[in-house]
Amino acid sequence: MSGQHHEHGHDGHAHGHDTYVTHYSAKDYAIGFVLSLILTAIPFWLVMGNVLPPNTARVVILAFAAVQVVVQMIYFLHLNSKSEDGWNMMALILTVVLLVIVMSGSIWVMYHMNANMMPAMGGASDTTHGAHDMP
Amino acid sequence: MSELKPSMPGALSADEVTARYLVREHHPENGTLLGFWIYLMSDCLIFASLFATYAVLGRNYAGGPSGAELFDLTLIAVNTAFLLMSSITFGFAMISAQAKKVGKTILWMGVTGLLGLAFLALEIYEFYHLIHQGAGPQRSGFLTAFFALVGTHGLHVLFGLVWLVTLMVQLKKHGLGAENFRRLQCLSLFWHFLDVVWIGVFTFVYLLGVMP
Repeated sequence: MSGQHHEHGHDGHAHGHDTYVTHYSAKDYAIGFVLSLILTAIPFWLVMGNVLPPNTARVVILAFAAVQVVVQMIYFLHLNSKSEDGWNMMALILTVVLLVIVMSGSIWVMYHMNANMMPAMGGASDTTHGAHDMP
Repeated sequence: MSELKPSMPGALSADEVTARYLVREHHPENGTLLGFWIYLMSDCLIFASLFATYAVLGRNYAGGPSGAELFDLTLIAVNTAFLLMSSITFGFAMISAQAKKVGKTILWMGVTGLLGLAFLALEIYEFYHLIHQGAGPQRSGFLTAFFALVGTHGLHVLFGLVWLVTLMVQLKKHGLGAENFRRLQCLSLFWHFLDVVWIGVFTFVYLLGVMP
């Protein structure tokens, strides 16, 4: 990320008074691309080659995805705490908080609803046929 | 801010009030990029809802085919490669734009567009194939969630392509002024953001989907 921070007046961009201007460097894109390639290839290899037991593989794959998201945010989306005076980062943090609530909340609620509505709970045949026998 | 002047005796003068109460925050001169970023974050929440839906319904096959039976990981690997390559070619376009090379910028945007088109073509082929073998969105909860999530991402890529072509024409006509550079910066964010979402798609939907 070094070399992304430029004082104003540099490069003649339209950002008259910004103290921060994104600098698009080939080095950043190259690093991001190579890291993404590795972080994509390994999970595909793990699944397609049945390398690990499923439970371990699941955790490893999710970890690789999380790392790759961060890598792309930094090297492709040029996100850091300085861009737009930190407001980019603020918006991102808010989004991640909401995202975690939406995802974990939905999965948690729906998992328990599914589990509690399983016909197997307490006499399977009685429960499933009960509805049809009602007058 | 002069209305803020207190009316009490021995009160502060207007200048002192300003100095004491008016915190001078530094705001970005041009709000476009921040505004566009906030749009992307709202888009992120749409995808989060679709991911949550998939997480909830993803294993409800209703007696129909499962992901393990339907997904062709080789196809998805090729597709992922197309999208990742289109990310770096767009990066080359940004570097060319920064160096004020219009021709090179348009060239790299063209390459990006072709890669995006290849991605979309493979996805449409996959959808067609699935629907053809009776695994359409109406087959099961799993397939509804699958088509909603992957289809929404595909639609984003399609709109990104429309934007890309429009901007190529704009660049050809008006060159690399401040406005067009700003538009390029927005499209750059959009395009890379789609790649970030795709990381979630190939991990959650495809890789975890084919596992037992």
